[in-house]
Amino acid sequence: MNEKKSKKGAFIALVCVAVLLALTIVLENTLDPTKNIMLFTVLKKGAVYALVASSMNLLNGFTGLFSLGQAGFMLLGAYTYAILTIPTDTRSAVYYLYGGCAINFSLPELFGGGAAGLILGVLIALILAGCVAAAVAWLIGLPVLRLKSDYLAIATLGFAEIIRAVFQWDKLGPVTNGANALKGFPTFSSFNIKGGLRLSTFVAFLLAAVCIGVILLLINSSYGRAFKAIREDEVAAEAMGINLSRHKRLSFCISSFFAGVGGGMFAMFATQAQAKTFTTAMTYEILLIVVIGGIGSISGSCIASFLYLACSEWWLRFLDTEVVLKSGFKVPLLRNGFRMVVFSIIIMVVVLFFRKGIMGDKELPDLFRARKNAKVKGGEGNG
Amino acid sequence: MQYALSIFLSGISLGGQYALIAIGYTLVYGILRLINFAHGDVFMVAGLFMVYLSSWFPLWVALPLMLVLTVLLGFAIERAAYKPLRSAPRMSVMISAIGVSYLLQNLATYVTGGLPKSYPNLPLLSDSLVIGGVSTKWVTVITPFLVVALVFALTQLINHTKVGMAMRAVAKDFETSQLMGIKINSVISMTFIIGSALAGIGSMLYFTNYPSIVPLSGALPGLRAFVAAVFGGIGSIPGAVVGAFIIGMSESVIKGSPFSIFSDAFTFALLIVILVVKPTGLFGEKVTDKV
Repeated sequence: MNEKKSKKGAFIALVCVAVLLALTIVLENTLDPTKNIMLFTVLKKGAVYALVASSMNLLNGFTGLFSLGQAGFMLLGAYTYAILTIPTDTRSAVYYLYGGCAINFSLPELFGGGAAGLILGVLIALILAGCVAAAVAWLIGLPVLRLKSDYLAIATLGFAEIIRAVFQWDKLGPVTNGANALKGFPTFSSFNIKGGLRLSTFVAFLLAAVCIGVILLLINSSYGRAFKAIREDEVAAEAMGINLSRHKRLSFCISSFFAGVGGGMFAMFATQAQAKTFTTAMTYEILLIVVIGGIGSISGSCIASFLYLACSEWWLRFLDTEVVLKSGFKVPLLRNGFRMVVFSIIIMVVVLFFRKGIMGDKELPDLFRARKNAKVKGGEGNG
Repeated sequence: MQYALSIFLSGISLGGQYALIAIGYTLVYGILRLINFAHGDVFMVAGLFMVYLSSWFPLWVALPLMLVLTVLLGFAIERAAYKPLRSAPRMSVMISAIGVSYLLQNLATYVTGGLPKSYPNLPLLSDSLVIGGVSTKWVTVITPFLVVALVFALTQLINHTKVGMAMRAVAKDFETSQLMGIKINSVISMTFIIGSALAGIGSMLYFTNYPSIVPLSGALPGLRAFVAAVFGGIGSIPGAVVGAFIIGMSESVIKGSPFSIFSDAFTFALLIVILVVKPTGLFGEKVTDKV
């Protein structure tokens, strides 16, 4: 009975995602992207952040490991992706300070160029981006995962800073281009078919959806239940026969893998990869998204990332411009930077008074189920 | 020789400035078990207070007023952002601290318009002098002595007054000390007040060496000071001071070498090594976890 229900639920979820993906195609091809820059920026960046926030949620919300290294793993992913996909003939222009790049191949070209080469190359580069991040996470995890809560947070934060310093090092210039940006690699816009369908937003959504789907499958597996057990009580989990270090390492590596993929996608979104963008502030931003969405809810993280980006990049923009009313009255406070002040106050209110966030630890389907079931009060945890 | 001396001097003064911030971290962590991520930003805001106040008032008004405002800020942050979460999981409090840090940075950006503000020249502190052929500022020489004096005063306060005794008791056992009639909230406020005051003094010393302040200039010194606090054994004041001098010295040495880009990386590497090898730090007490 239960199995049937979950199969039905999975089917409905799949249909919903398919409809959503179809919607993005329709939206991008009916609206003019040049006139709705904000909308599409938010949608693309939102998809990337949804993935990264979900990966952070896997670690912080489901395994209870408070890590602040997300930006570092994103950096690894972004650089891996960029280095592997910059076309060979633009390399000398990008690396002009270092007289060309040490790595002289480009995955999309290896696969014969064209549409098929692009798709395969980008896919493999993204997967490799994730793998590099996961491998580094495995190494970092060896010493760091033995630490508890806040020490773990500060140690992972430290590692992210170390990674950032290493990538900006001059001596590695022929590979990482030093402190300069890497650019010229395939971005989301490369997937727009000339004179035909515009697919850039669709690609962002598709990649994010597949990765988040994998994260969800993982969470609902026996591994996911082990992670939750570790979150609730480490000692009890160990007593139940869960191998603590193995599961923690697994969670850390998988989370970093998806952070790496997210980093690669972020590079695609930003059309460049530069070490100085992946700061601690970025990790904090993602952490706040996770908190607003609800720690322990993947759908919450997804909703929150779109809301967060829509607010910070689009809806609250008007706060940044000075307004003078017709009567000559200048509206006070409105000035450059006010948007972020209002925004951070909203965040503080959420953190202090709606600690559960938007979804609490529920997923989106739970809300519908609760409504059907008269015994359970519907809409619980709606902040 | 001169080069070594100049590096030594800057390391010592940097260490002293970090020590003043690190004490704030260590006190708060000792009592609340909270990494007060906003502390570095309080330090930055103290610098901004000084910038604005010194342009409005003469120095002898501006300086005490800056300290008072910084203390009030620290007190208000604790009351508004940490007190409501006292029974919440530790992670929520830490997130709240990150939120406060975000808010302070954005507020500072708003007020300053995102432009770097030049720090006022303080008489005596900003004057330069020559030691052994190395030209430096008075602040470099004054810092270590001031730090030692302040730390001495603080240890006296903690070891020989009633408030200090209460602070020690709360740090030892939160709930039991509550049962013994200690007013937890006032003790916690007191730690934040002391921490912020020291951060205020620290910012005065630190920013005198730098031409300007930007809203982000508190974040990294804050993290380095935290590393110093962990290095020395969190919860221990002498530990924080020793740790801060070590961190300051190593930063100054690395900044003077060809590997200057790795100065922060080295600080964090040091942190990770110490956490793995001796998690309690140099002077920390060993804590056993009870199930």
